[in-house]
Amino acid sequence: MNQAADTATAAPAKRRFQFPPLGVYGYVCVLILVFWIVVALFAPYIAPYTESEIVTGTSFAPIGAEGLLLGSDYLGRDLASRLVHGARTTLTLALIATILAFLLGVITGFIAGIAGGWTDSVISRIVDAFISFPTIMLALLIVSIFGTSLPALICAIGFIEATRVFRISRALAVNTMTQDFVEVARARGESLWWILWNEVLPNAFVPLSTDFGLRYTFSILLLSALSFLGLGVQPPEADWGSMVKDNMTGIFVGAAAVLLPALSIFSVTLSINFLVDWNLARAQKDISDELVK
Amino acid sequence: MITSLIVRRILLGIVTIWVMSGLVFFGIEILPGDVADAILGQGATEETLHAIRTELGLYRPAWVRYLDWLGGLLQGDVGEALGTGRSIVEMMAIRLPTTLTLGGLTAAIAVPLALSLGLLAAMYPGSFFDRTITFGTLIVISGPEFLIATLLVMLFAIELRWVPAVSYLSQDPTFQQLARAMFLPVMTLVFAVLAPMTRMTRSAVLNVMTSPAIEMAILKGVPRMRIVLWHALPNAFAPIVNVVAINLAYLITGVVVVEVIFSFPGVAKLMVDGVQSRDIPVVQACAMMFCAIYVGFYILADVISIVSNPRLRHPK
Repeated sequence: MNQAADTATAAPAKRRFQFPPLGVYGYVCVLILVFWIVVALFAPYIAPYTESEIVTGTSFAPIGAEGLLLGSDYLGRDLASRLVHGARTTLTLALIATILAFLLGVITGFIAGIAGGWTDSVISRIVDAFISFPTIMLALLIVSIFGTSLPALICAIGFIEATRVFRISRALAVNTMTQDFVEVARARGESLWWILWNEVLPNAFVPLSTDFGLRYTFSILLLSALSFLGLGVQPPEADWGSMVKDNMTGIFVGAAAVLLPALSIFSVTLSINFLVDWNLARAQKDISDELVK
Repeated sequence: MITSLIVRRILLGIVTIWVMSGLVFFGIEILPGDVADAILGQGATEETLHAIRTELGLYRPAWVRYLDWLGGLLQGDVGEALGTGRSIVEMMAIRLPTTLTLGGLTAAIAVPLALSLGLLAAMYPGSFFDRTITFGTLIVISGPEFLIATLLVMLFAIELRWVPAVSYLSQDPTFQQLARAMFLPVMTLVFAVLAPMTRMTRSAVLNVMTSPAIEMAILKGVPRMRIVLWHALPNAFAPIVNVVAINLAYLITGVVVVEVIFSFPGVAKLMVDGVQSRDIPVVQACAMMFCAIYVGFYILADVISIVSNPRLRHPK
């Protein structure tokens, strides 16, 4: 029995490491992500100034002027430093929110999918009610109730994404529960927790990890949208979305202060989306090949 | 059979909106403070709080106030804004046509364009055209709406000077004024909605292309154009209607961001201003309006799917 269990768990683990080559774009995406992770991790050491320090009297100083690498923003703060600190704020907040969403969504989703019956019905109906809201409406409502403190923002985004994670987790759990090996495990008298840990979770791992990437980009975009509306991260804290909003007046002098934060968000979300898409495309490739021939 | 399915779907939609109204209303009750605190803020004394609570009827139990609010909602009366004391319905009525024009124009441009692009891409999967579409839409999807808007403003308002960067509408705008004010917001929204809609159309058609019936047609040697238009498209109709509905619903997010960027005098701007000033009644009313529209799109899509799909007309 032990042997059988070993091969069963070893097989998918082995498959996961046999990724086909990424291609040039893929490596560029990985490089961009690694770059931002390093920047976010070592922000205080990399940035020449703090995020709220006013270093020059000129607003919207052009790139390279007055010894500032990327110029200044509307208050005369160093844009490069704010971008670096913004990376830390935006990427960390979105990450915590996504992790929260997965903890909440996967646990409730698995419970609903495995338990079935009225437990499933009750949880599913509650989630349905929240899913019926457009994301931005739910976000605006939560913010108007709980305000824009960082924990409130994280919880708002985490909660909204959790309803979506619940859906996929529940579907994956329901799917796995109909398989023969779960039937065998149940017949063997294994507990629901054992089945959850040893059968459902390993089978759901790969689709959930793909979804994690997508959820993370959604979290970044939602947080940025809220910040852009002035309902997210509050000044003087640097955050990519609010940086775009604050520097919007600079658009007429063609300042980099508007474009660079927006492009930073874009570089992260595009890289993640590209890698996820490439991952999904592998699954669909057979279909397309068939038609092209 | 089919009418009962449709009636059931519409009833389910109404129940959904009703549950949403409960969440929108009772969400506020979680907070320790109430509307009276929100109006008075820091300078509140016991007497003024008491006066306002009596005036607004806040001493009644929550469910009574909810029924009152829900009744008002159904009759088109959701009370007054906290800040100005103006009727919320009036404020929304003035702004609703602008928002609807914005959404309507976007849909009129984006839907046909997205369907044709998605269909063409699905017709020749793996071709240069298909890869361009897939990659191009991925890029647009990844960008936040405000990046698209910023780039468009830089190009059309600052470089080319065709249109103003801020949409200001006078009381009685001429067609030309309206067109100039609408150009950038509509274009931003078209970009934002076009990308996901094209992708989803493409995958909906491709999905049908893998069915046994299509495989049979391929094996028979039916020309590709005929396969797509004759065999795949009728079967893909329901999923495509769904795609359109999902994306028109998604348009709501875009509308919120776009109205703020261009200071567009629409309902979404009203709502965001309401959230900023914590004008809860305004936020609740606007949220209910958008949610009703959102759910409405889904009901419409499902009804069309039921009507158009023989298999859904006779469920097992």
